[in-house]
Amino acid sequence: MNPILPSVLAAGEPAQLLPAREQMAFTLGFHIILVPFGVAFTFITMMANYRAIRRDDAEALLLAQRWSKVAAVLFAVGAVSGTVLSFELGLLWPGLMGRFGAAYGIPFVVEGIFFFLEAIFVAIYIYGWRRLSPWPHFWSGLPVVLAGIGGTFSVVAANSWMNTPGGITLRDGRVVDVDVWQVLFNDAFWYEAIHMLLAAYVVAGFTVAGVYAAGMLRGRRDRYHRLGLLMPLTVGSVAIGLQIVMGDFIARYVFHSEPAKFAALEALPRTRTHAPEVLGGAIVNGKVRYGIPLPDGASLLSGFSPSTRVRGLDAIPTGVRPADRLVTIVHLAFDVMVGTGFALAGLALWFALSWWRSRAAAPKLWFLRAVAVSGFVSIVSLESGWVVTEVGRQPWTVVGLLLTRDAVQTSGNLWPLFAGALVIYLGVTIGAWYALRALRHRWARGLDTPAPYGPEDEAEPVASL
Amino acid sequence: MTTFIACVLLVGIVLYGVFGGADFGTGLWDLTAGGADRGARPRALIDHAIGPVWEANHTWLIFCLVVLWTGFPTAFAAIMTTLQIPLGIAAFGIVLRGSGFAFRKVSMHTAEQRLNGIAFASSSIITPFCFGAVAGGIASGRVPTSGHGDRLTSWLNPTSILGGVLAVLTCGYLAAIFLIAEAHRSGQPDLDRWARRRAIAAAVATGGVAAGGLFILDHDAHRLYAHLLDTGWPLLAASAGSGVAALVATSLPRLRSRPDILRPLGALAVATVLGGWGVAQYPYLLGTRLSITAGAAPAATMSALTIITVLAVVLVVPSLCWLFLLTHRGQLADAET
Repeated sequence: MNPILPSVLAAGEPAQLLPAREQMAFTLGFHIILVPFGVAFTFITMMANYRAIRRDDAEALLLAQRWSKVAAVLFAVGAVSGTVLSFELGLLWPGLMGRFGAAYGIPFVVEGIFFFLEAIFVAIYIYGWRRLSPWPHFWSGLPVVLAGIGGTFSVVAANSWMNTPGGITLRDGRVVDVDVWQVLFNDAFWYEAIHMLLAAYVVAGFTVAGVYAAGMLRGRRDRYHRLGLLMPLTVGSVAIGLQIVMGDFIARYVFHSEPAKFAALEALPRTRTHAPEVLGGAIVNGKVRYGIPLPDGASLLSGFSPSTRVRGLDAIPTGVRPADRLVTIVHLAFDVMVGTGFALAGLALWFALSWWRSRAAAPKLWFLRAVAVSGFVSIVSLESGWVVTEVGRQPWTVVGLLLTRDAVQTSGNLWPLFAGALVIYLGVTIGAWYALRALRHRWARGLDTPAPYGPEDEAEPVASL
Repeated sequence: MTTFIACVLLVGIVLYGVFGGADFGTGLWDLTAGGADRGARPRALIDHAIGPVWEANHTWLIFCLVVLWTGFPTAFAAIMTTLQIPLGIAAFGIVLRGSGFAFRKVSMHTAEQRLNGIAFASSSIITPFCFGAVAGGIASGRVPTSGHGDRLTSWLNPTSILGGVLAVLTCGYLAAIFLIAEAHRSGQPDLDRWARRRAIAAAVATGGVAAGGLFILDHDAHRLYAHLLDTGWPLLAASAGSGVAALVATSLPRLRSRPDILRPLGALAVATVLGGWGVAQYPYLLGTRLSITAGAAPAATMSALTIITVLAVVLVVPSLCWLFLLTHRGQLADAET
């Protein structure tokens, strides 16, 4: 990290900084909820599709078709809100793009290709039910799953580059040479990429399962609902299990490679051994207040020994030390992410145990209630994890190279743009709600074509989603 | 290599102009298709025509943006700090358009359909207007190299207004031509006639505005005008030629049963105009400012872009062709009727 930071000393922040940060946080926080459905929902749909073809399972087929219709709506909103983000990179952060576009832009070009493939094959898969033959149609979903993984990896490569920038040669502040491989596979890349990919499968799995758990709680306990619960819940459970293991690796990686962020995660004001793991609490005037400390916790977790020395916030140069308020946000978001993650892992364990003991037994009331809220819990976990990454990097946009205040747009008033974003996204959220409700109502009335591969039959009335 | 990437960017813009344009234009005809009863069948045709392909068509925009900000970051920052108002409106327009379209498809009540339809259709006109105005601002040299140009006059000026109007008309023209083919394929002769009337009207209007626009360019952006006529004239002539040929093909009774020759002609008429813009502007990125070499990213970035472009051609182009082929054969349809 560069210890001499002239721009830090320049007083005052551009007036555009606050609205730009708020708008980016809001639109990205909106988009990230849709990401799991673009990335992981197709995989779950293909599971049902596979079962439908292999075992001639009509209910699985109906689920797969309906899921692909829901995916079409969510993918559309995800695609357009993702487009807005690429505009915002320029409209809100021209300092970042102008200065580092030559390096930071590369992962996005790769992402562009993956997104292209995803958009093409999503269309073929979603619209191909009726006229394509079963197996070719099934396989047309595979590029969507692969492109989802590739797209996640490329976008996260850009994000992890901001945390651990590498592969560039600077002269007079300008990028004069780029090592593409090092930009893409920067130090934090694999940790963040796998973490996000698993998160997508966790959110998609638990959210879809939650919908069917809610249906079963309303008394619709037929095989259709049971299947709609079991398949996504299995995906979510496997993913959260892997995520817990991955999280442990990432925490130690952050401890070693991003000590400033680790200090904020652990809310550790001073460098010390026997560092406690504080649950909850806040940093007030440089001291931890109100939290529950677990003695030696942070030292044990990061170095397997109480005498592990953990660098605190005091190790960060004063000019670029995050304010107490920011540290508190990062610390609490980290606690919420870990807490909700373990809650979901507990649910997965519950699921595994009850499945092992008796497959045929009807799910218990409290189990269904837990699954019904698990989708919401997983989204909370996703959002807090994202807050940890983004707020945990402040005051930097590109760690050690570019402060957020130097990346921001300095022309014009950004508040109207932010207000516009709020209004339009609110409208889109309401619209999406009504659109998904319309699908549910339509299915409840049995307006569906259950045999897409054969001649069209009259629809059998079926239970709703 | 730098010039090659600039060409890739121009090809991306041309493809977005043609495919994205045809897609946007459907909104114009959707908006003017009449009330819920009269407009039901045209709207169903539009739904059917762009349903499977609109997301792919818009990915060209993403492609252009990422190539621009990676290959020519200075130009990207300059554009974004100057033309922020029309670009912001365009970004929101894209959200409203895509969401409105996707929601209308699944909504059940006429009121909801109407609301979503208005969101889709009106933003389909506003967004291309903004893009046309942005192109006009860039082409007439109103974006300074260091950015932060005038936030209003950079897009509220004669060339920009011309660009915006032309963009909307061109989109409408392309959409009408693509809809003729769709109506013909699905065997709906009345909709075929409906789309044909619109194609002819849009062609005449676009041709008229384009011809009149040359005078505006002469006064407002003289360098662009001179280069258009000097080096870009073969492209302009090709555009006029294919435009007239398409017009003849649309109206001649003998060629009526051959909508397959219409689409390439119409697309060519539009692609050559956009290509002409690129040729007239060469070797500058921002109208009369910032040459391609001065604005380029380091060589390593350009090599990476070249490799990724080759990959895109190998992977994306065949996939896209397959998608269009399936759509063309009518093999992509909703699972329910």
